[in-house]
Amino acid sequence: MSSITAPAPTLDEPIDLTHLEGETGMVERPRRRLLPFDPWHLFLAPLAFVMLLPLVWMVVTSLQTKAQTLHFPPILWPGTPQFVNYLDVIRDSAFGTWFWNTTVVTVLVVASNLVLCTLAAYGFARIRFLGRGFIYFVLLATLMVPLQVVLIPTFLIVKQLGLLDHLGALVVPNLVNVFGIFMLTQFFRTLPIDLEEAARIDGASRLSILLRIVVPLSLPALATLAVIQFLWTWNDFLWPLVTILTNQDAFTLQLGLATFQGAHQTQWHLVAAANIMSMIPLIVLFLLAQRYFVRGIATQGLKG
Amino acid sequence: MASVSFDRATKVYPGPVVALRELSLDVADGEFLILVGPSGCGKSTALRMVAGLERISEGTISIGGRPVNDIPPKDRDIAMVFQNYALYPHMTVEKNLAFGLRQRKTKPDDVRRLVDEISRMLGLEDLLRRRPGQLSGGQRQRVAMGRALVREPEVFLLDEPLSNLDAKLRVQMRAQLKRLHEHVGVTTIYVTHDQVEAITLGERIAVLSEGVLQQVGPPQSVYDHPANVFVAGFIGSPPMNLLEGTASDGRVVVAEVELDRVRAPDGPVLVGIRPEGLRPVGGDHVGAAFDVGVDLVEPLGDEVLVHGSIDGLDGVVRPPDAETPLLADADADGAGSNVTIRLPPEERPSAGSRLRVGVAPNAVRLFDPSTGRAIETT
Repeated sequence: MSSITAPAPTLDEPIDLTHLEGETGMVERPRRRLLPFDPWHLFLAPLAFVMLLPLVWMVVTSLQTKAQTLHFPPILWPGTPQFVNYLDVIRDSAFGTWFWNTTVVTVLVVASNLVLCTLAAYGFARIRFLGRGFIYFVLLATLMVPLQVVLIPTFLIVKQLGLLDHLGALVVPNLVNVFGIFMLTQFFRTLPIDLEEAARIDGASRLSILLRIVVPLSLPALATLAVIQFLWTWNDFLWPLVTILTNQDAFTLQLGLATFQGAHQTQWHLVAAANIMSMIPLIVLFLLAQRYFVRGIATQGLKG
Repeated sequence: MASVSFDRATKVYPGPVVALRELSLDVADGEFLILVGPSGCGKSTALRMVAGLERISEGTISIGGRPVNDIPPKDRDIAMVFQNYALYPHMTVEKNLAFGLRQRKTKPDDVRRLVDEISRMLGLEDLLRRRPGQLSGGQRQRVAMGRALVREPEVFLLDEPLSNLDAKLRVQMRAQLKRLHEHVGVTTIYVTHDQVEAITLGERIAVLSEGVLQQVGPPQSVYDHPANVFVAGFIGSPPMNLLEGTASDGRVVVAEVELDRVRAPDGPVLVGIRPEGLRPVGGDHVGAAFDVGVDLVEPLGDEVLVHGSIDGLDGVVRPPDAETPLLADADADGAGSNVTIRLPPEERPSAGSRLRVGVAPNAVRLFDPSTGRAIETT
């Protein structure tokens, strides 16, 4: 009787796509193994080591004296860890200001992207209007244009807005990211329309449907977008370099880090210490939201 | 509660594809009406037009005498149960039930009272804290009904609500639905492609095909007196047998057998006989009887379906919506069975044997082969 008791899969199964990861639906056959681990590890472990090496070297460098950093062959283990490097960075540079500026810009950009991309994407996904397909196409086309191409026009706009040398120059042009609209539109289209129709009959307005039905069901996609946007904004160097000209109070971390590199000499131990401190939020974020990073990179297929 | 009336309601999709053509139909206050037809016949479209989920291209739909063409779904005072239930997956059962009430700014005390009432009525008390993903198919179904009924709508719309359930549960829910309607008494329009559901549930059924209403009436009268060949084939399982015959001088002859008590204008006719309208008879039978070669026997437990070929009758007439046979040449060479007979299990013949069947009184319906419409047999 088992054939008739299984209810057909329906759309109100949990929509959370994370549940699908790793479920191949196949039964693993017991295999005789020569190794106590998967043979792939023989390939992956050295690869992981190669990926990790720069990070390890940076940590090591950040704990060395200036002389040790310039030694050849490189010293792979500092005798006495120079934690003072970190204090030097904080004391001798405006690290706190840079960190604060970057945090403010990143938080504003991520928040505005979540709100504005959601609104735009819902419109593209669900509301029929004249020229919807065309406008969507034009927006997507802008994704193909690299930042370097539009750098000067965008710079001129920001200048006209009087935002040069202000944090606003970093926030305003990035309030909406076309990639975010694209990603959310595609996600919203996969949500069952029946849920929204049921909500319409239940008396919900468009906005109410968006807030109470669509957004809660799209949390995985929104988290992915937030993570990607956080990463891009936090690490952005070119745009701040162009728009923050002289005002040191508006420097972001990436600009600040560059100041350690002089024309004639670079204080590698300080660069490394500052870099590590600037990476802490990213590392924390990665540990908290690792699966969204993975999905983000899988869905964007663009730069990482 | 309210009546629903379709007045030449038409739905045209871009293409143009006419999904529903000039449907005129009145559903009385408190009635349980079934819209039935094969997939793509426009029945769901008709329901969604009542709900306000599809715009009405032409014509008018009124609820309680009030035209609703331009009224948004939320102001039509209807509730709908979707085929896949469309329960909000991120909300508990309680929140699913309360969602519609909250959207309508019902007072929290009233929300609690109404949710309590409906969950008691449908036996959902123990499920209130669960999410839809943690419920079985039947439980989801009940929650979906509860969510629709809790608002005490004027009209209750159901779009194939049982089709996601397994066969056993479907039969149980069918009976419960009928009881529920008797209890609540709300005007109900129910869409299904399953003619068994249609016959058992409805006070009246409306049969649709290709966007056109074929027949409306109480299930038994639609079954007994199909208005055309389509209804004859669609309502009833297995479908009504359709046999090619001719009428001359008012007498109707099929395979050289003259049928009793049937008259028709001269010319070719299609003779329709339900599978239970043919009964095995002895050689001394007086009146019309066919000799049938038994091709295939399907025992169903409580009855036996016998597929056979009537001697002297070539060709098979299939109802318009019938599937193409698996063996495509079965029809072409005339070897396909052209009649199905429903017998009690104890009268089961064996394949390859021969059977003489008589025609039960009043079992014969006549159709015009060119239009497919029923011909008055008296």
